[in-house]
Amino acid sequence: MTVEVANSSIAEDMDRVNRQIARRQKINSMVRYVLLIAVGFVMLYPLIWLVGASFKTNSEIFTNPGFWPKEPTISGYVKGWQTSTPYTFGHFFWNTFLIILPKTIGTCISASLVAYGFARFEFPFKRVFFSLLIATLLLPNVVTRIPQYLLFRDMGWLDTFLPLWVPSALAGDAFFTFMLVQFLRGIPRDMEEAARVDGANSLQTLWYIVTPLLAPALISVALFQFMWTMNDFLGPLIYLSSVDKFPVSLALKLSIDTTEAFDWNQILAMSVLAITPALIVFFMAQKYFIEGISTGGVKG
Amino acid sequence: MAHLQLKKLVKRYPNGFEAVHGIDLDVQDGEFMVLVGPSGCAKSTTLRMVAGLETITGGEVRIGERVVNTLAPGRRGIAMVFQNYALYPHMKVKNNLSFGLRLAGRPKDEITAATAEVAEILEIESLLERLPKELSGGQAQRVALGRALIKKPEVFLFDEPLSNLDAKLRASMRVRITDLHRRLKEEGRPATVIYVTHDQTEAMTMGDRICVMKDGHIMQVADPVTLYDKPENAFVAGFIGTPEMNLIPADLSIAGSHSLKIGTQTIGLQDTLASRIQASADNSEVTLGIRPQHFHLVDDGTPDSLTGEVSALEFMGHEVYLHVNVEGHSLIVVVPGEEYDPSKVRGSKVTLKVNEARAHIFDQASGKNISLT
Ligand SMILES: Nc1ncnc2c1ncn2[C@@H]1O[C@H](COP(=O)(O)OP(=O)(O)OP(=O)(O)O)[C@@H](O)[C@H]1O
Ligand SMILES: [Mg+2]
Repeated sequence: MTVEVANSSIAEDMDRVNRQIARRQKINSMVRYVLLIAVGFVMLYPLIWLVGASFKTNSEIFTNPGFWPKEPTISGYVKGWQTSTPYTFGHFFWNTFLIILPKTIGTCISASLVAYGFARFEFPFKRVFFSLLIATLLLPNVVTRIPQYLLFRDMGWLDTFLPLWVPSALAGDAFFTFMLVQFLRGIPRDMEEAARVDGANSLQTLWYIVTPLLAPALISVALFQFMWTMNDFLGPLIYLSSVDKFPVSLALKLSIDTTEAFDWNQILAMSVLAITPALIVFFMAQKYFIEGISTGGVKG
Repeated sequence: MAHLQLKKLVKRYPNGFEAVHGIDLDVQDGEFMVLVGPSGCAKSTTLRMVAGLETITGGEVRIGERVVNTLAPGRRGIAMVFQNYALYPHMKVKNNLSFGLRLAGRPKDEITAATAEVAEILEIESLLERLPKELSGGQAQRVALGRALIKKPEVFLFDEPLSNLDAKLRASMRVRITDLHRRLKEEGRPATVIYVTHDQTEAMTMGDRICVMKDGHIMQVADPVTLYDKPENAFVAGFIGTPEMNLIPADLSIAGSHSLKIGTQTIGLQDTLASRIQASADNSEVTLGIRPQHFHLVDDGTPDSLTGEVSALEFMGHEVYLHVNVEGHSLIVVVPGEEYDPSKVRGSKVTLKVNEARAHIFDQASGKNISLT
């Protein structure tokens, strides 16, 4: 009898303590979330404002500091899409696509090939070559702009998309190659050796075994390349001169140049459209993307 | 026919380190050869040179009639099982099994049939649709075994395939592998096996013959019984058998009658041992090798016996290990449980008689056994 009493009072005590702990944890996480939401809001505010403002009329943008449009209108989108040129904005998106597609695919293929070579094979002067690779990584872009320009001019590539994607498609972006080399170094070789014993040659091993293992890193590469190319302004500015070849990034600037009084709502509307593909792609690939940059190897 | 030969095989790594110093080894067709030795003795290096995963610095590897030195691994007629399975993580078990056949472009129905057959032998039918990460260690190792088996290779190479498994599983896999080897032989397609391990139990129980290696040299190649009873040198003697053989420095004199001087104690040798000792070994520094099981506990004062003091005692149930200090050398003596006299405790004096028929004398400088017949 007494034992039971004692037991039940112990149980009550534990119950109380547990409840206290649970309550404290709840308060803790509430504070944390409120803080995170507040900071997140501050950081996202420009983006939110951008989306809101793209639905305002041109005059409201300067009179209404809030982000919520009083009289929402899509005229910014409609007019912005027409542009002041003979082409619609769709044409510029298509141009961007024509640059991004070969560039991204080419980067993935060439960077894997080069990384595979560096990570898995012994060849003369490997160290020297790898140092060179790292050196180009450290070299500021501006330094090579002019020689590159002269080179492409002599090749007759000016005002074409070629200078914008061919170098990258030939593993010209040392950063991606380096990233894949590091990733590969973290993957044990046993699987590749097993494949070789199974009769695969080097290329088959790369294709059937290494590439699937590299997938998370490759997705990161594709995503970075996609976003950087989408946002690249300087490259197209230097190499493209005819308007019908302009990608989105240049086209946005175009609407600022040609009109005397800027139609900010149109510019903002097109900016929203311009960042949409990157956002969509990012959210679709988010899971792999984060895996790719954070793990840098295979999980056990 | 897959008679495998290593001739004067040398491996020097790019950093200049010579891991294998010109070894010769003959593995007969259908033979189960175990490579055993302490860590770093170049077992894996040797195996990987046979597989073609490591370049050969010197000498040659022959499989059947072919010198395969420069042949790609896939063309050597070998299959290999790795220590950590090395399954392809993104492929289902069935695709792991059939990868080699698919690469070779074999017809679909042949591949299906072969996969089913191998899955049945290894009892992994229910796992075929799984990914490697959904397998336990034992299952993964069976799949890895299946991946080797499906190719019907002439030579199987194993690199410590069981060392990631727990003791029980290891024992059952051991039996499974030897069974498989026997079965292939009975079916008339004998497979030559090279099996690398550092576990002497595996070596002794699985091997037709065992090759003991040390620092890139072969110390002895023989069947398990010979290796245990007639070790050619002190290294093999000490490596094979548990607990280890006692190796006791001694001075041998064979002028007149044979005798061994250990510290201050001298024992005369009977004919069983004396007759085996090479005559040239007079007055030399030697090592007496005697397994812990080959001592008798005798009464005090028995002639030609060694006396010592028990320094520690391990009770194992069916037997008792006595650690006995004789002239500053710590010996292990195994006494069967029923013969163990409970009055022998730590600190008590014991008198030991060496079973000379089973004892060996090694030359101290070279380590060679000078008491082989
Ligand atoms: N790539 C390498 N470069 C230089 N030396 C190496 C290399 N790989 C192995 N070695 C050396 O060669 C020797 C033999 O190595 P190996 O891996 O064959 O040993 P092992 O007998 O398989 O050992 P373990 O039982 O630990 O697996 C070791 O001394 C090792 O340090
Ligand atoms: Mg090894």
